[in-house]
Amino acid sequence: MPLITYREALRHAMAEELTRDENVVIMGEEVAQFNGAYKVTEGLLEKFGPKRIVDTPISEAGFIGMGVGASMLGIRPVMELMFWSFYSVAFDQILNNAANIRYMSGGLINCPIVIRGPANGGTNVGATHSHTPENVLANHPGVKVVVPSTPYDAKGLLKSAIRDNDPVMFLENTILYGEKGEVPEEEYLVPLGKADVKREGTDLSIITYGRSVLHSLKAAEILEKEHDVSVEIVDLRSIRPLDFDTVLASVKKTHRVLIVEEQKPFASVGAQLSDMIQREAFDELDGPIHRLSTVDAPAIYSPPVEIEQLPNPQRVLKAALEALA
Amino acid sequence: MSTKPTATPDKKDASGSSRNAPINASLSAEARIELYRKMVRIRRFEERSLRAYQSKKIGGFLHLYIGQEAVAVGCCSLMGENDHVITAYRDHGHAIAVGMDTKPLMAELYGKVTGCSKGKGGSMHYFDPSRNYWGGHGIVGGQIPLGTGLAYALKYKGLKGAAMAFMGDGAVNQGAVHEAYNLAALWNLPVIFVIENNGYSMGTSQARSSAGELARRADAYDMAWDIINGHDLYEVRDKMDTLLTRAREKSLPAVVEIKTYRYRGHSVADPDKTYRNKAEIEEYQRTKDPITLFQETLLGEGVLTQEIIEKIDTEARAEAEQAAEFAEASPFPTVEDIQKDVYWEADNPSERKSQGRLFFN
Repeated sequence: MPLITYREALRHAMAEELTRDENVVIMGEEVAQFNGAYKVTEGLLEKFGPKRIVDTPISEAGFIGMGVGASMLGIRPVMELMFWSFYSVAFDQILNNAANIRYMSGGLINCPIVIRGPANGGTNVGATHSHTPENVLANHPGVKVVVPSTPYDAKGLLKSAIRDNDPVMFLENTILYGEKGEVPEEEYLVPLGKADVKREGTDLSIITYGRSVLHSLKAAEILEKEHDVSVEIVDLRSIRPLDFDTVLASVKKTHRVLIVEEQKPFASVGAQLSDMIQREAFDELDGPIHRLSTVDAPAIYSPPVEIEQLPNPQRVLKAALEALA
Repeated sequence: MSTKPTATPDKKDASGSSRNAPINASLSAEARIELYRKMVRIRRFEERSLRAYQSKKIGGFLHLYIGQEAVAVGCCSLMGENDHVITAYRDHGHAIAVGMDTKPLMAELYGKVTGCSKGKGGSMHYFDPSRNYWGGHGIVGGQIPLGTGLAYALKYKGLKGAAMAFMGDGAVNQGAVHEAYNLAALWNLPVIFVIENNGYSMGTSQARSSAGELARRADAYDMAWDIINGHDLYEVRDKMDTLLTRAREKSLPAVVEIKTYRYRGHSVADPDKTYRNKAEIEEYQRTKDPITLFQETLLGEGVLTQEIIEKIDTEARAEAEQAAEFAEASPFPTVEDIQKDVYWEADNPSERKSQGRLFFN
């Protein structure tokens, strides 16, 4: 199987869907002539032309709202946010309009829009550019939320997201863009709402998603080699819909849980999972549910310190040992 | 600096000439009566809904359209197959103007399952995609990018149509509106931004909220703009026809400010005692009421008679009453209905592709 980057996998997903469905349009700041601020859309303008690949002004409320309106008439806009952090200036369009239009119309209107872009810290860009809004987004019934960790998942999930008739929030990661992974040449889809066990184990379940999956896999290797601990890693891939059955199956197998997330801890995805696990698998637990989150403060700029604010393999290792104690 | 509207040829400045504009001159007597009837039906519906609100049949807000009827009726009467409408929360007039049945409209106010949004939207959130009516939006100015998107979709699909994106005068200071202006002008989208200027953004007068002339802000975006007397149905139709034709044929946007007036408070929660005086309202009612003026015009044309006027009024009152009876008699949605119409996939389980939990209780 070819090894390609996460960035290329996303690009291939978009190219395939652009070819498949003439109503798919890629829009965003610098997506066309500039080839994408992070080169995700590189070459698409050349291949598909300016009707399909559209540079927008820096005007998120305007162009995201425009995409919502166009989607009501059957266009399938795939809107790039240069950073998911910029969702704040389009909040009303995303979480009042896209999220609610089906409901408020009594099911008469669909909004098949995808909003995608990176949502992560770790690149020393400070608090305004480092938001991870998956919990905020998932708090709004009506939208779906996807956070892929590998090139394979990124491609299969993005293709599913583009075909979805509901608004899908697709959260990527600038640090993952260059990560390589095996991606088949033949077409495939990864359904939304299906978790993936990235590593099998028996002593501890790490429930995680996004870049934290990679940190957790590194920590798991160390735990196996140096501590003789077998860790299972469940990659949620999708936050809403949520594959809680796979989480429960892992909890029932290992009886110990660590949730790792690049989220501030208050009302985070991990907080939601903790509640669900204790409620639905209380008797399976041999100890309290542990959580490793981002250190609870705005994203610090200072490069060496930001590494310690976020989950990283050493922090995961330490948290795992605490969860096993 | 240009301070003159860019869209209207000078010859049409006087409202009297609008009557003779082809779009109006070609109207049959029946069509003229129908325009009049629609305005009367809107007013009676609004009056009846106010009584329902006062007798506590309706929750939340109720923003009445009384006084502004000629705007929605005039604009929506021009709609062709590929023309679309979106507006803000003062949305009852547009709903009736595009042809929605008043029974589900009233039932929506009552929060009944027979409402046009199954009781899930309420007064501010009427929709009817089958009539190209896309709401009904609660956040000031938030619908304007959506209206621009309707125009974008028309252009993308190569359809000859236009979108009318209505807003109140208070919306012109919202950032989303300006972002939409820029996109529409930048990409030559067939959208008419219609400012229904009733003089007050809630309780704050235009003089206290907005710098400059509202429509003239279009100059900054190189968009055509115009000002219309909203009490004159013929003028609304005449000038809007010019802009809509231009949008459909040349795919060009425009901003139009339609001067109008609301007789009631911003919503029924507004006691309307602090920011304007009664004399101002009475003066408008006496001299510029859109229904009275059009009635006089049609009487002058020999199209209306006192007999027809009375019949239309009786029927409109009866229709509003029947709508209220229908609403009253209809059931409420059930608690089980709360989680329907959230996700397309949840409502179409046989076609669902995703897995996992969509709801969390």
